[in-house]
Amino acid sequence: MSSRIKHRKLDLKDGRVDLAHGSGGRAMAHLIAELFQPSLDNDWLRRGNDQAAFDVAGGRMVITTDGYVVSPLFFPGGDIGSLAVHGTINDIAMSGAKPLYLSAAFIIEEGFPLRDLQRIADSMGAASRAAGVPVVTGDTKVVERGKADGVFITTTGVGVVPAGLDLSAQQAQVGDKVLLSGTIGDHGVAVMSQRQNLAFETSIVSDSAALHGLVAAMVAAAPQALRVMRDPTRGGLAATLNELAQQSGVGFRLDEQQLPVRPEVAAACELLGLDPLYVANEGKLVAVVAGDAADSVLAAMRAHPLGRDAALIGEVVEDDHRFVQMTTSFGGGRIVDWLSGEQLPRIC
Amino acid sequence: MKYVDEYRDGALARKVAAAIAAAADPQRSYAFMEFCGGHTHAISRYGLEDLLPGNVRMVHGPGCPVCVLPIGRIDMAIALASRPEVTLCTYGDLMRVPGSRGSSLLRAKAAGADIRMVYSTLDALAIAQAEPQRQVVFLAIGFETTTPPTALAIRIAASKQLSNFSVFCNHVLTPPAIRGILDHPDVDAGAVPQLDGFIGPAHVSAVIGSNAFAEFAERFRKPVVVAGFEPLDVMQSILMLIQQVNDGRHQVENQYVRAVTPEGNQIAQAEVASYFELRDSFEWRGFGRVPASGLRLKAEYAAFDAERRFEIEEVSAPDNPACECGAILRGVKRPTDCKLFGTACTPETPMGSCMVSSEGACAAHWTYGRFRDHARRVA
Ligand code: SF4
Repeated sequence: MSSRIKHRKLDLKDGRVDLAHGSGGRAMAHLIAELFQPSLDNDWLRRGNDQAAFDVAGGRMVITTDGYVVSPLFFPGGDIGSLAVHGTINDIAMSGAKPLYLSAAFIIEEGFPLRDLQRIADSMGAASRAAGVPVVTGDTKVVERGKADGVFITTTGVGVVPAGLDLSAQQAQVGDKVLLSGTIGDHGVAVMSQRQNLAFETSIVSDSAALHGLVAAMVAAAPQALRVMRDPTRGGLAATLNELAQQSGVGFRLDEQQLPVRPEVAAACELLGLDPLYVANEGKLVAVVAGDAADSVLAAMRAHPLGRDAALIGEVVEDDHRFVQMTTSFGGGRIVDWLSGEQLPRIC
Repeated sequence: MKYVDEYRDGALARKVAAAIAAAADPQRSYAFMEFCGGHTHAISRYGLEDLLPGNVRMVHGPGCPVCVLPIGRIDMAIALASRPEVTLCTYGDLMRVPGSRGSSLLRAKAAGADIRMVYSTLDALAIAQAEPQRQVVFLAIGFETTTPPTALAIRIAASKQLSNFSVFCNHVLTPPAIRGILDHPDVDAGAVPQLDGFIGPAHVSAVIGSNAFAEFAERFRKPVVVAGFEPLDVMQSILMLIQQVNDGRHQVENQYVRAVTPEGNQIAQAEVASYFELRDSFEWRGFGRVPASGLRLKAEYAAFDAERRFEIEEVSAPDNPACECGAILRGVKRPTDCKLFGTACTPETPMGSCMVSSEGACAAHWTYGRFRDHARRVA
């Protein structure tokens, strides 16, 4: 990614990505030098190599990768760029690890406005700087019109796990408590509110955020009490808890009254016939912790800005069927099942 | 959303539950049918069964538009969608309803038919305007609440002289279905559990008015309480039904006064009457042909009637013999009476329509309530 090439300036106002920008020739060098480099700037990128080299400390490392294809690309509270940074940082952080570096690969559709691409790169840069996790290497490809939906981004991240920490999905035990870091459904509803055929007025913004700071606070509070953490993205809290129930061979019992849901989100879900339990989040985590440490972890979460609304929402119970059950706000019982098919608005 | 929360207040619910427990006569049992899928969903979603005494039982009714559509009509929709010039627009739920021989709209779409999921009639209309070279057919289903929007779409299509928009009409009526349940030969044969009353539909009643149910109170001597879709509405209406039974009354009462009047929404009724007329009879899953229970477009609007425009033959196909949807829709059986429930038939692989829609009795029991079966088996 070298910036020392002489050329005509990119037309960032009205220009569009064309196939030459992905050809490996001069046009691609311009795109990188004028658009990606300034937005994502850091020492590694500035060296202009096809890879980034960094020193590693001893201990366990984690690596994760995730593809982002959100539609629309821009939504209240974020865009595909910030999402691609936050999402991958969170996948690392859920192991208790400190995220160190990211890589980013862009697949761009021919004709995509350079202005939008810059907006996305800027937002990625801002998100990565705010998180203190630089994007140290990347790749750009351009595909013909119609072969992608604007832009797709894949980010990979690496991090290191603090010594002695071992979180994993098999470790939920009967008697453990379930903590949730804040309100559910914000991201999914914010994105859906922008979809063409579902457009409705709402003040809801995505909760997209990097959670490693919150995780660090939880680790500091009670490192030995943390069994497993997940960020409930696609499929929402319901999918995450059902996965954990299967993997740990236990059941969960939730208390609906303790579930934090913003009134605006509840209202929008009502309108669309959705259940917030199944709606995606991008800045929330659910943690299973040893019962006796639940209060201290919860207090640590609430002391962090991203855990202000944290709540104890339920507990791990013995259950051969691995059901996630919930006591409804009405006092009755129900299952919180896997979602079957896509959640669709009710028709009558 | 304060408005909704008031009707979901747990503390208030426990008070109503206590009143129900006090009112229910321990010497007898009560069975009430909630007609609407919306009520079925609320009962399952909020676990209301757990709040009722053991001698008060709710029986799920046929008020789920996806559930009552017979296999023949699904086959007709698939045949329509398979025509090269046709773009079939449908609600998502219908995609997975099984047709004959393992077919479904979802499979037809995978095989190349142009089938698109829409959220409203107006979405289908917009597609017709945007793609004049396609024959856009809207697969219309539903009770009296969904008919006015279809009428509106036809009004717009007629005023714009859209020659590429039509409706495959499967709109049905609520009162004939209730009659179908109470008049069914099974009732005389004693094969049907005695129903002590009905929770009348919420939104449907807002359109047709609570008077539409007078016949069931008078001729069939059944108490009817029209109720809203919120869980507290349902609880309150159950209490009102128990009180009617205890008093020996059989009246139409309206719990949902915030939306329902005795006469209903006459503007909507008039709109429907200008575009639709009664069919002599219409086939329902589980009921067979029910007289004067379905609508079709009036002759003046025949151009917008997909059945006439494409001259498709009415077909009738037998249900999967192992599927009990028919009996479940009439309140004769419960989901767990079906051998396929939870084994061959789950929401991922539905064998019958009741497992498809979230308002279907099988889907609701599977999704929210099946833990009770295990609890029962253990106990
Ligand atoms: S469980 Fe499936 S097959 Fe059985 S009645 Fe219900 S929908 Fe039909």
